[in-house]
Amino acid sequence: MAVIEVENLAKRYGETVAVRDVSFSVEPGEIFGILGPNGAGKTTTVECISGLRTPGSGRITVLGRPAGDPELRARIGVQLQESELQDKITVREALELYSTFYPNPADWRDLAADLGLTAKLKTRFGKLSGGQKQRLSIALALLGNPEIAILDELTTGLDPQARRDTWDLISGIRDRGVTLLLVTHFMEEAERLCDRVVVIDKGAVVALDTPSGLIGRAGDEQRIRFRPSQPFADELLTGLPEVREMRRQGQRIEIIGSGNLLHAVISVLARDGIVAAELILEQATLDDAFVHLTGGE
Amino acid sequence: MSVFTKLTVSEFKLTLRDPLYAFFTLLLPVMLLAILGNVDSMREAPPELGGLRVIDLYAGLALSLSIAIIGLQGMPGVLAGYRERGILRRLATTPVRPGLLLGAQLMMNLITVLVTTLLVYTTAMLGFGVPFPESPATFVLAVLLSSSGAFALGLLLSALAPSGKAANAIGTVLFFPMMFLAGLWGPRELMPEWVRQIGDFTPLAAGQDLMSDALLGRSPSMLSITVLLGYLVVCGAAAIKFFRWE
Repeated sequence: MAVIEVENLAKRYGETVAVRDVSFSVEPGEIFGILGPNGAGKTTTVECISGLRTPGSGRITVLGRPAGDPELRARIGVQLQESELQDKITVREALELYSTFYPNPADWRDLAADLGLTAKLKTRFGKLSGGQKQRLSIALALLGNPEIAILDELTTGLDPQARRDTWDLISGIRDRGVTLLLVTHFMEEAERLCDRVVVIDKGAVVALDTPSGLIGRAGDEQRIRFRPSQPFADELLTGLPEVREMRRQGQRIEIIGSGNLLHAVISVLARDGIVAAELILEQATLDDAFVHLTGGE
Repeated sequence: MSVFTKLTVSEFKLTLRDPLYAFFTLLLPVMLLAILGNVDSMREAPPELGGLRVIDLYAGLALSLSIAIIGLQGMPGVLAGYRERGILRRLATTPVRPGLLLGAQLMMNLITVLVTTLLVYTTAMLGFGVPFPESPATFVLAVLLSSSGAFALGLLLSALAPSGKAANAIGTVLFFPMMFLAGLWGPRELMPEWVRQIGDFTPLAAGQDLMSDALLGRSPSMLSITVLLGYLVVCGAAAIKFFRWE
């Protein structure tokens, strides 16, 4: 049974339509990603799921209850964008205070250890780095031993090392049996972490699939770039069924095609004794899929 | 300990980590009193004061100063800042309602006022012969009503101000005329009639009148009580209605 079900969610702020029509469901134990360009309606969607906003229309069920049900606040953990703490509160004080809010809190010492905050327990919030603040934020979201954790843009503003550390952490959280709903606009993050992703654009769902499924939708287009050891006529390659397009850029050649493109091109070149130097093969990534799905007009 | 008590204790700790706050709310009123108490003319009793000396009035004014600093300058900025920085929003995702943090702030500030009252009046009575209030009940009423009137106004400010900085600025703009009307720069009793009448309708001046009533053992002014209850009810209700949580 799904732990989160969103059906035809719509929400507007005055004249601005933030969410037009969003539906998806999240299964227990999965890491589910919400992807979309800035302003697509991702945050509004998770705010409605968290019960911070009332949907304009549509229906949201979380753990079998309507979103916003007060009982859910103890069962879901939420980490919001731009949500800070008092500058002068120490990490330890924040963890201790927030754990008194929940009926069955996790041991904050364990969480602090898991999140690498043990050395920072006496540090005040205002003195923490961006990554440490983010880790504390995640710790606070997990303090209540939630069944679902909702994390909005959790690695935005982190340096690449901190981002990778956070990813390891997320996998660790899933291993505890927590269902995770991640909002992100980093494709690499979604590709690494998520079991399934929903792509939202302009307030509506444009795709819902596994990351590899989404990449597949971008087509199996491939690009090969190389510098040939000697000149050759275009027809040598354009005649191949795998090749769709060939471009010359000075000395370099770019081939766009699909199927077993690399093998086809290299075999033909080898037959004529041509060596492809500085060869690069590019395959579609989630980035391409994303642009393909949300780009256009 | 209940969550409310924990939040209040936590707010206390955080507040006291700001040495300026402790100075302005706890020490400044006592210092003001100690300095003025050593000025000869302060011990005079002009007939307009109905038997009180100028210094007797200043004990109440020193306390009002603390109430005004907390209610108009401290709290609105802190609460608007809590909203601005998403602290209230974060609380909204937990089983605790963000209103509880507002309550903890109010409670903490009320306790601060009570501690200041104790400090100021102990200094005043032991050091400068300020009499123990003839009517202790009126005195307690005066302290509680002035605090709640000023705090309700401050709460409304934090509800309406777009940011913590703006709340601070508006609070400071209100602070000076209100302290003037309460008599910080010269007793209300010596002001022209019309200035005094304007003052009747401001919370700090109304509180001041009640404190004089308490010291002299007069029956408390119904006008002052009505004005202060009015601030509490009207500003309090408006604050609750207009308070934005994010």
